[in-house]
Amino acid sequence: MSCQGKVALVTGGGVGIGEATCRSLAAAGAIVVVTDIDEASGSRVADVINAEGNSAIFMRLDVCDEPQWQAVIAQVIERYGRLQILINNAGIANICGIEDETLAGWRKTNTINSDAVFIGTREAIRVMKETGGSIVNISSIEGIVGDPMLPAYNASKGAVRAFTKSVALYCADKNYGIRVNSVHPGYVTTPLVSGALARLAQSDAEAFAQRVVASIPMGRMAEPAEIAKGIVFLASDDASYMTGSELIMDGGYTAR
Amino acid sequence: MSKELAVFGLEGKVAVVTGAGAGIGEACARLFAKAGAAVVLGDINVEACERIAAELNGQGLQAKAVRLDVTSEEDWAALKQTLVAWKNRWDVLLNNAGIYIGGMLENNTSAQVSKINQINIESVFLGTRAAVECMKPGACFANGGSIINLSSIAGLIGVPGHSIYGATKGAVRSLTKHSAVEFAKFGYGVRVNSLHPGLIETAMGDQALQDFVDIGVVANVDEAAALLKSAMIPMGRLGNVQDIANAALFLASDASSYVTGIELTVDGGFCAA
Repeated sequence: MSCQGKVALVTGGGVGIGEATCRSLAAAGAIVVVTDIDEASGSRVADVINAEGNSAIFMRLDVCDEPQWQAVIAQVIERYGRLQILINNAGIANICGIEDETLAGWRKTNTINSDAVFIGTREAIRVMKETGGSIVNISSIEGIVGDPMLPAYNASKGAVRAFTKSVALYCADKNYGIRVNSVHPGYVTTPLVSGALARLAQSDAEAFAQRVVASIPMGRMAEPAEIAKGIVFLASDDASYMTGSELIMDGGYTAR
Repeated sequence: MSKELAVFGLEGKVAVVTGAGAGIGEACARLFAKAGAAVVLGDINVEACERIAAELNGQGLQAKAVRLDVTSEEDWAALKQTLVAWKNRWDVLLNNAGIYIGGMLENNTSAQVSKINQINIESVFLGTRAAVECMKPGACFANGGSIINLSSIAGLIGVPGHSIYGATKGAVRSLTKHSAVEFAKFGYGVRVNSLHPGLIETAMGDQALQDFVDIGVVANVDEAAALLKSAMIPMGRLGNVQDIANAALFLASDASSYVTGIELTVDGGFCAA
């Protein structure tokens, strides 16, 4: 498993799956551009990677900001001359039933989880087509199955799943040498999950968590590092014949 | 190797590959051995396995050839004895052995269906049962494991000439999910996933191309390959055995520790369109 010498950009790289992915990519030999809206967590991840003797740099990126995407990618090209791996990982989740969801809340979830993946993918392809590469979009099991308390999140992740296939076909048609695949994690012990639970009343949070864990055949949530390994596999040349595919890592959640 | 990367390998593990004498099975057996596993190569063509195993052993890797008719309960029982005697361990089973029978559905016979079901489906049941009997808690090895079942994109979508073959691969897909959920729910520590190659450059792939000629879709095999590349496979090439072996290794290794019951499609974008 090698990403030796490849330049990789990860969004939402400061915590959770993004952080674990940055560390795994770096361990596999990639030069990792850790991006996050939160400078403190993102630069900490870059520091840890560099301290381990691997290579990373932090760049602040609000994934919803189109000019910032352009500026960050321009900086990456200026500094390294190439971008071969993009992990569209940044995302948010809000647990509430559809009757309580607001249009503003809906738009916020879809802007960060879906619109941003469009912007990042487009901007990356514009430079990646020179070298070929691999784009991995982090969807979710919630992009495949429904949850009664995740209407906006379900919609945003379903969009990422279908968008991924469209771009995979486009890049293949154009002979860009860019593979595009989606990753579908189940429930993972990350700030996204714990944060969404923390915004609920305690009894509601406990009921939600119990329902979720009871639905996972493996009987436990994933560690972020477990999801990162699948992302690195898709990013690497080991997945050379995979494009437009879905990699589910969910402890059996969607198999049942 | 860093701990981060070690999980992508199979150091210290014992893997069994069925149909290891040629094609995808051979490529997987070679890669698993290179990744550190002690590999048992099983096939009805034991001579081919012996040749490959000798080559691998000559490279300082660990391999052993056995005669394995995957439809024979006796052969599976004998395999268990071989494993006990060799490394007293079993971590990975790749249920790869299978055959292709094509033709228009109206021309397929019951005898063909019985034969392909036995080799492509019943074998996966027998292998999975043998493995889980060894891997589950309280069993002879009891170290958990990973089972990978070779299905096909023909187990996901419809293709002319592929009815009876595709049905077996659909069954493998379904058997995978049921066994994965059952083993997880019962805490067996045994993951089960299906792998879905597109058209791969192997003897079986050639058979499928010839079948497109035989049923009258195209005039010759070259035309079949050209049509597939230009109109059906977005990446514009057939797959090769290494593409599949790399994916099989991911599913076999601890890098996929939270992955069970999934279908991993490796098809150059075929099913995305």
